[in-house]
Amino acid sequence: MLSQNILNELIKIVGKENVLTSKEDLITYSFDGTADVPHILPDVVVTPTTKEQIVKIVKLASQHKIPITTRGSGTNLSGGTIPVENGIVLSMLKFDKILEIDAENLVAVVQPGLVIQRLNEAVAPYGLIYPPDPGTVTTATMGGSVSECSGGLRGLKYGVTKDYVMGLEVVMANGDIIRTGGKTVKNVSGYDLTKLFTGAEGTLGIITEITVKLIPAPKYRRSMLAIFDNIENAGKAIADIIKNQVIPATLEIMDNVTIRTVENYAKIGLPTDAAAILVIEVDGSVEQVVLNEFDTVQRICKEDGATQIKIANSDKERDSIFAARRAALPALAQVKPTTVLEDATVPRSKIPDMLKALDEIAKKYNLKIGTFGHAGDGNLHPTILTDESNTEEMERVHKAVDEIFKVALELGGTLSGEHGIGMAKAKYMELQFGKEGMAVMKKIKDALDPDGIMNPGKMFGGN
Amino acid sequence: MATMYDSLDAVKAEILNCMKCGNCQEVCPIYLEEKKEGAVARGKIKLVDAVLKGDLEYTEGLAEKLALCLTCKACVKHCPCGVQVDKIILAARSALVKKKGLHPIKKAIFGTLKRPGLFNMGMKTGSMFQGLAFKKHKTLNGAYPRFPFGLDMRRIIPPLATTPLRNLLPEVIKVDKPVKKVAFFTGCTMNFIYVDAGKALVDVLKANNVEVIIPKDQHCCAMPVLAHGDSDTVKEMAKSHVDLFSKLDVDKIITACGSCGSMFQKHYLEIFEDNPEYYAKAKKIADKIMDISDFIVKEIGLDESKLGPVNMKVTYHDPCHLNRGMGVKDSPRQILKAIPGLELIEMKHADRCCGSAGSFSLTHYDLSMSIHKHKIDNIKATKADAVVTGCGACIMQLGDGMNRFNHNVPIYHTVEILAKSYAAKKKSEKSAS
Ligand SMILES: Cc1cc2nc3c(=O)[nH]c(=O)nc-3n(C[C@H](O)[C@H](O)[C@H](O)COP(=O)(O)OP(=O)(O)OC[C@H]3O[C@@H](n4cnc5c(N)ncnc54)[C@H](O)[C@@H]3O)c2cc1C
Ligand code: SF4
Ligand code: SF4
Repeated sequence: MLSQNILNELIKIVGKENVLTSKEDLITYSFDGTADVPHILPDVVVTPTTKEQIVKIVKLASQHKIPITTRGSGTNLSGGTIPVENGIVLSMLKFDKILEIDAENLVAVVQPGLVIQRLNEAVAPYGLIYPPDPGTVTTATMGGSVSECSGGLRGLKYGVTKDYVMGLEVVMANGDIIRTGGKTVKNVSGYDLTKLFTGAEGTLGIITEITVKLIPAPKYRRSMLAIFDNIENAGKAIADIIKNQVIPATLEIMDNVTIRTVENYAKIGLPTDAAAILVIEVDGSVEQVVLNEFDTVQRICKEDGATQIKIANSDKERDSIFAARRAALPALAQVKPTTVLEDATVPRSKIPDMLKALDEIAKKYNLKIGTFGHAGDGNLHPTILTDESNTEEMERVHKAVDEIFKVALELGGTLSGEHGIGMAKAKYMELQFGKEGMAVMKKIKDALDPDGIMNPGKMFGGN
Repeated sequence: MATMYDSLDAVKAEILNCMKCGNCQEVCPIYLEEKKEGAVARGKIKLVDAVLKGDLEYTEGLAEKLALCLTCKACVKHCPCGVQVDKIILAARSALVKKKGLHPIKKAIFGTLKRPGLFNMGMKTGSMFQGLAFKKHKTLNGAYPRFPFGLDMRRIIPPLATTPLRNLLPEVIKVDKPVKKVAFFTGCTMNFIYVDAGKALVDVLKANNVEVIIPKDQHCCAMPVLAHGDSDTVKEMAKSHVDLFSKLDVDKIITACGSCGSMFQKHYLEIFEDNPEYYAKAKKIADKIMDISDFIVKEIGLDESKLGPVNMKVTYHDPCHLNRGMGVKDSPRQILKAIPGLELIEMKHADRCCGSAGSFSLTHYDLSMSIHKHKIDNIKATKADAVVTGCGACIMQLGDGMNRFNHNVPIYHTVEILAKSYAAKKKSEKSAS
């Protein structure tokens, strides 16, 4: 509990309407998009509207060693915004302006509370896009997606958030303001602090301004859905497409469990006996190139044994193909009360191995696991369908999760491709980085946040 | 089996269905203004969940949070898991009233609404309700409410009609060789305020050779009462309507307001879930309910030879309960597009709530108006000369909003435009002959 004095100070800084302390309000900030993590109440929710207010709040917190959990839209899938040690939840949603669109230099400057899609709407008239497009592009904030280094459906060709962050302004744990990077494409002055804060999950400081790179919107696109009756063939097609030097914007996979669930949920005519479905889109600014690449992709899928190929001949047909992919998570989520969504990522060529391993893990622990994800970049989302209230089953779930991470690392992969570590995966970090790697990270953390007030309990587990 | 209005357990499955993905943030009009988790669907669901788990009592704070919902169903439509958020909210409001009782003043109003024989009294004489609730505005053709319980005093409400619609028209309106026989459920706004729209509706039905019965003993559909959680009163009102309409031998029951229609189609059934006799009767009635625009387009068939020119540029606002409640969004547009001389310009977010939600606009006036501001901005951007919609409460809110945000174009019910078009045709035929 925070003293009334501190609450009064906070009210002085941001005004009464931006300081929430009622139990009802606190309950609604005790969770985020993550399943199977404890829900914990903050002491207070503070919503600043200016940078000056943020600095004052951080100085107050630093003086009294009060934890700060910065929060965007709270859609992350790793428990990143759960206030593990209570304290302040700092909601950035009213700090959401577009500060500059510099179309000539292909750059935009925004405040962190801005919803990603608002940026895309604002730059569309210039024929530009901001490519990172997590499934939550219409809800997630720029600050949250920079802090998770979010990916999305276009990651294979266009990269992920970190490839577009050019500069940041950050309020440090002691209230200092620093600026990193800038508007220039080339910039090698000093350590690359921009990259350090990108994906730091709010554990190193509070991002107050983001400078991002924009690109011209691709003018042409062609999409298709390819159906395979065994996983190896699908895996081979994925590898062969890239080997033939075609980089699709989208190259997504759904396994049999997912296909059956989606079909049962959406009744869109997917073949429920298929082993895998690939959703593929190529795009670009030269029509002929796009068409040629599309032909190549089709040819390869056929050669590699696709049993059926459905081509989108209109925007409407494209929408329905993507709807099938987008329905994956919600459809799986319908099956059981609790949906444990993992994010383990392997090198592209290891996808068939990973899918096979997942199948075995599901059998071994007698669990239902549906897997879908961004096949092109090896980023799979094995999704365990379970019930939080069934303690015996949850034990098996946790064992299965341990094993999933072990396999992913053995295959040369990583714990998380895009959802971050947060509190959910903190305990596996040493498995990937070893004691030495963790020690380096801890030193960085301690140097920048000696009192451990920035989003404690994340990344390193409880201290 | 207890209904969702008697036990929160009945919505447990709905609550479990919410995976907390936050997709509802994109569309919730209240969240988009407030930017607080307590305002969006998943936050409210979490609170009801906390009550069920015993982590939260039925507090005043909970009541305030649950009041922050327009039951506009935007989240329901958008939710990837299909969570029926409005069901959870309505059930929780009902539970709150059962635990804590109804606010004494609301109790007085709803009490008048439900006393047998007095259903109509609430507004019937007009003067009674008006004397209690409204005082005339000095210069505008509207009135300020003067309820003493924190209603916003700035709201402009149109004056009540001197004679309500149901007193103006006979109970049975015969036509020669009727193609159909229908009952007309007028709803409060058409009966007491937008009498012209009600007359237009009857004209349209007559022009299509439809016999109309306007049962005198009908009364408020009870949506406002349901929205405040007084489900016992809803039950009584629903019973009276079910009895009344069961007696009629009609093909369809026509509504001209999505909220009234949704009450008959959906909420009366929910209310009678534990009462097989009334459920069966209510189901028969529910199956007969049809919105006027759907009735004309789907049941009668839009006869283009009857349509004369209406030279206007209009934009159409989708009432939440008509669109997402009854699933009616194409028929009004088909009617408008078929009328010669009329141009329909779609506004941005035509299906976003206007912020009225019945009495929400009274209890949360400022928030309601900041939500509404976007609606007026989108209407302005179309440069239309008029706004068309299919719900009296929306017309009321639009009227107030236009006044407040200085945009003065007329507002019509879809059926009024159709009646105008019929009249134009008749006139041109007359002058030709
Ligand atoms: C249905 C669904 C689909 C998803 N699809 C994808 C996907 O395709 N790809 C993907 O990568 N992710 C996906 N996600 C995860 C999530 O949407 C992203 O991580 C998103 O970018 C988080 O943004 P947010 O605003 O919700 O951040 P939050 O959840 O609020 O915060 C995320 C982290 O950032 C920190 N943070 C927030 N703002 C700041 C700031 N200003 N300064 C410092 N730290 C800050 C928080 O402390 C937290 O650690 C999905 C989630 C859901 C529910
Ligand atoms: S969109 Fe649906 S499932 Fe997602 S948080 Fe909102 S109510 Fe829950
Ligand atoms: S029904 Fe409307 S107001 Fe209520 S939570 Fe859903 S979107 Fe928000």
